[in-house]
Amino acid sequence: MQVDDLESTGRHAEPVTARGAGLVACTRCTRVWPMGETRCARCGSELHSRDWRSLQRVWAWMIVGIVCYIPANIFPMLKTQVLFTHTESTIIEGAIELAQHGSYGIAFVILFASVAIPVGKFVAIGFLAWSVRRPERLHPHHRHRLYEVVEFIGRWSMIDVFVVAILAALVQLNFAASITPGPAAITFALSVIFTMLAAQSFDPRMIWDHDGRGPDNHLTSETP
Amino acid sequence: MAPMSDSSAATTLLPPGSLPLDELIACPQCDALFHARMPGRGQRTSCARCHTVLIAPRTNAYLRVIALALTIVILMVAAMFFPFLAVNVQGFTNKASILDTALAFLDGGFMATLAVLVAAFIVLIPLLRAALVIYVLAPLAAGRRPLPGARHMFRLSEDLRPWSMAEIFVIGCAVALVKVSDLARVEFGVAFWMFAALVVVIVFQDGIMCRWTIWKALDDTRNR
Repeated sequence: MQVDDLESTGRHAEPVTARGAGLVACTRCTRVWPMGETRCARCGSELHSRDWRSLQRVWAWMIVGIVCYIPANIFPMLKTQVLFTHTESTIIEGAIELAQHGSYGIAFVILFASVAIPVGKFVAIGFLAWSVRRPERLHPHHRHRLYEVVEFIGRWSMIDVFVVAILAALVQLNFAASITPGPAAITFALSVIFTMLAAQSFDPRMIWDHDGRGPDNHLTSETP
Repeated sequence: MAPMSDSSAATTLLPPGSLPLDELIACPQCDALFHARMPGRGQRTSCARCHTVLIAPRTNAYLRVIALALTIVILMVAAMFFPFLAVNVQGFTNKASILDTALAFLDGGFMATLAVLVAAFIVLIPLLRAALVIYVLAPLAAGRRPLPGARHMFRLSEDLRPWSMAEIFVIGCAVALVKVSDLARVEFGVAFWMFAALVVVIVFQDGIMCRWTIWKALDDTRNR
């Protein structure tokens, strides 16, 4: 296939980059400008050839995201009242209940979206930010693929918040049955939002610099 | 995501020559620099290094995108006014509209923030993005100069893209219905089907919109 040929040639001959040609690229609209311009005259975005401070933003958003994720798992997500019995369930308890009722598929979706994706995202974003300075750990193609997956899948964690919203709006039947959202709903939503911001802050161009050996920063002397 | 079937070869890697800057394109993901050329009919141009799709023009794209954006606006506004879901437990019934769902968090004190966020994610942001796209593309389709601020509007629409979560909400509905099924009987309203159709239109619209073509059109008219 054509793509494979391009891929293999790309590995040997490092392609010209905007930075290498003395240009700064706008990541929003793909226009290039002479190095030193600070704002894209086409779309108005800020221009950074490489934004090293972006790594600090990645870590900052991610730490807030993790902090919010802890109460999201401790406090109840749903408070259910059926006739005279009250039950409260956290995210994981909710999924276990579903599995006990035989809905294994849905239980899996909830566990995947609310536990596997957030935890996986923390690990993946942390790894991406960490590996910018230790690029020999994984081929840039794989790191870039990881970044794309994180960007694509992160939003889907919000599904549990929507489930709670739908249940709480729908099941309001006086004393027969009612469902109200618990405090975990908001901390979980905030955790998803902050991790999305962490992923958006990451500058994937840093994966590719010097054919995957990281950007030409003073820190590159560390790498063997 | 757009279909992978007829993706063409990437644009040629740039020989570091002296082309005008507006004929260059830098991959937003890996900073590789290319000579931007319009691919043939039905073909796409992707980055030779990281395979990010860079240019994917369609015939009559402006008109098609505008038509789809109008469909989104109409379906979304209509879905607000028709019944969405209803539950039935031992004679008690309760109906919920889409807005009820978003506002389910309103009576929870500090959770009101979440109500605003949910309303934004599932209704306001998808609606705003469709309106922005119409504002930006309608003059281009008619062969006129862009309306004032069109470039900022298009940038805003692109920035909001990850925060438009209508499709996640629809999957959330499916999960909620399974959760509630042993407690109550659920009826789908017209608005549910409208919303489901809306999601398909949004995904399709995002798939056929070539960002580079639009940015270039906005740029050209500015310099005229």
